[in-house]
Amino acid sequence: MKTKQKATVKKVTSTNGSMVDISLKFNEGWSYSPAPESTDHVSIKERYELFIGGKFVKPIKGKYFATINPATEKKISEVANASSEDVDKAVKAARKAFGPWSSLPARERGKYVYRIARMMQEKARELAVIESIDGGKAIRESRDIDIPLAAAHFFYYAGWADKLDYAFPNKKPKPLGVAGQIIPWNFPLLMAAWKIAPAIAVGNTVILKSAETTPLTSLKLAEIIQEAGLPDGVVNIITGAGDTGAAIVNHPDIDKIAFTGSTSVGKIIQKAIAGTDKKATLELGGKAANIILDDAPLDQAVEGIINGIYFNQGHVCCAGSRLFVQEGVAETVIRKLKDRMQTLIVGDPLDKNTDIGAINSKEQLATINKYIKIGKKEGADFYQSACDIPERGYWCRPTLFLNVSQSHRIAQEEIFGPVLAVQTFRTVDEVIEKANNTPYGLSAGIWTDKGSKIFNITSKLRAGVIWANTYNKFDPASPFGGYKESGFGREGGLPGLQAYLNLG
Amino acid sequence: MPKTIRKSKLQENSKNGNAQERSKRLNVQKTYKLFIGGKFPRTESGRYYTLKSADGELLGNICRASRKDFRESVLAARGAFKGWSSKSAFNRSQILYRLAEMLEGRQAQFVDELIIQGASSSMAQKEVIAAVDRLVYYAGWCDKYQQIFSAVNPVASSHFNFSVLEPTGVVVITAPEENSLIGLVTTAASAIAGGNTCIILASESKPLCAISFAEVINTSDVPGGVINILTGKLSELIGHFTTHMDVNSIVYCGNDASTIKKIKSDSTSNLKRPVFRKNINWLSAEAETPYFIADTQEIKTTWHPVGI
Repeated sequence: MKTKQKATVKKVTSTNGSMVDISLKFNEGWSYSPAPESTDHVSIKERYELFIGGKFVKPIKGKYFATINPATEKKISEVANASSEDVDKAVKAARKAFGPWSSLPARERGKYVYRIARMMQEKARELAVIESIDGGKAIRESRDIDIPLAAAHFFYYAGWADKLDYAFPNKKPKPLGVAGQIIPWNFPLLMAAWKIAPAIAVGNTVILKSAETTPLTSLKLAEIIQEAGLPDGVVNIITGAGDTGAAIVNHPDIDKIAFTGSTSVGKIIQKAIAGTDKKATLELGGKAANIILDDAPLDQAVEGIINGIYFNQGHVCCAGSRLFVQEGVAETVIRKLKDRMQTLIVGDPLDKNTDIGAINSKEQLATINKYIKIGKKEGADFYQSACDIPERGYWCRPTLFLNVSQSHRIAQEEIFGPVLAVQTFRTVDEVIEKANNTPYGLSAGIWTDKGSKIFNITSKLRAGVIWANTYNKFDPASPFGGYKESGFGREGGLPGLQAYLNLG
Repeated sequence: MPKTIRKSKLQENSKNGNAQERSKRLNVQKTYKLFIGGKFPRTESGRYYTLKSADGELLGNICRASRKDFRESVLAARGAFKGWSSKSAFNRSQILYRLAEMLEGRQAQFVDELIIQGASSSMAQKEVIAAVDRLVYYAGWCDKYQQIFSAVNPVASSHFNFSVLEPTGVVVITAPEENSLIGLVTTAASAIAGGNTCIILASESKPLCAISFAEVINTSDVPGGVINILTGKLSELIGHFTTHMDVNSIVYCGNDASTIKKIKSDSTSNLKRPVFRKNINWLSAEAETPYFIADTQEIKTTWHPVGI
């Protein structure tokens, strides 16, 4: 698929009223040739069953649904639609496996988890391609970020298995039992790794449900787990939609619910389990502030803004979706930002030059377009890059809104797409106030060359992850999770263990 | 309703006092009020409940705090949060230690109040001494728990990455019904040691020590609004506690299953962090742990590039 870009020269009015050319002339004289990642080494079955008790089994009610490629709208495969009976079967398998698994010598348990990490690395390229085909993610990201990080997560937590005595001073931690885990579609394999790795390393058994639109890499992970010889029932992977998730949440023999997804669903889950002893960790929505101070290294900051909001098509709970630029540099930053946006290539997720892949689903594209409409209606200034987009599939050009105010819905609500709301500010106190004025508190970004300013601002922002002079970086050793309505509990690092342990 | 004259147990027990002479004097009774924002207001609702001793003696008309009183307390706690959470850990430590000093000097009053609310003399003395020591214990943690729970994280990319604890914000505490002093002192100290501000609902059946402890707070250097104390009915207030949108956490010290369910369910309004202290022996070492502090903390992780 060729994605030619026609960046036209735009004329805008500068502050002194004269018309000046500000857009760089990208791709006028040249364009990128297609550089597609090969797919001949990838094996995708026509149909996938449920992975329960170490085997791939047919769903009890015999129902399946299609998973489609959002870049082509073509069916890739079909997967089982797990009913509550299937969930029950999976819980029974996990319960049966819990005793032997939790009493296995911790070092042996760790070695199983290491084995999964290594086999994921061996199959990294195949997993990356499938991730891009199934979810629309640019191959550059699935290849360099999602898959390596997912494997690294298993590797990191494997090593914790036999070291828990040192993790929580004066405590004797014990696994919780059977964990039900529900993950979103934005980082399918990475989220599966975030959930499964710490849970099984410390002796729990799990039932993981992948997202409806992105089931394939978790099923490939099931194959890896089978090949790795993990005892039957320790990890059960099932597919389905909201009903399947609800069956997990409401199953009486589950000890722990781990959920990543929207704040509204997270609240429903917490309510549903209120009368039980189930423990929960919730990793929910965000509306992060990305703050550019006037002494920031502007070119780096612009890269950070781009990475903050257009990474993974903006399908990122910690996306830097609210940009705050200090007034003195606002004009320069926005000019540079618009220029940089024009260079972004939107198109075939499997093309190695692609910056922004396909929007994950038709429904999500409709949501994004709804917010773009709302932004225009509320009076913010709309700007979109001029790049070509393919005819078929679900696409959204990188978008920003200027002159946004705090009360605008595009500044308040999570859009989960490549849409940036830009505001300006004068003083540091003002921007801290504005940045914190949201029910969310997942993440934030801050750009300045002055160290003392960084520490001043990062300590006052009410958010769980703060990137200073960088953005959207992740690591298994780094705890991730939010303040306020962005959820509770942490994933990653030592605190990530606590989510799956009873400290007594 | 005229209050009956209550003799101090200490006066009764005093060997040196001239009992006959004292009995001629009319005791000055204390009006037990709320403690909000460093002041002692009566409940705005004008309501009260009657507190009686085991032998039916009137101990006081206790304020039955209303939703409005609670809202005022949240305002006071939120207002105090910025200042309190940004104080140095060393400073917070000294202020908690000062609380212990103030309580030490007023032991007799608290022993007296515990006795008239039904405790034996030896149990009352044990609880008061434990409460003083508990404050010293948590005072010491202020500048140490961070070193136990924070970390530099060895990430694979070229970044310096560290995680620290930060207070979750405004914490509502329902004090345990029994052990009305040590329970309140433990939950308050563990919340404020970590930089939170709090609103405490005192034991409904044994509220006297709570208000007297407010006097201790007020004569130490705890800024107004850092600890706010209400008296009243949990059953009436719990719904307001769980649904208030500017409360960050709720610590429930009790075992009632339906209350626990309500807290878990209703606190989803703004995802308050629910913390449950079930079956704690408040006098034992079980209640002395930095994990109590960590329960009302958030983990913040910060990244910065290393290199150019």
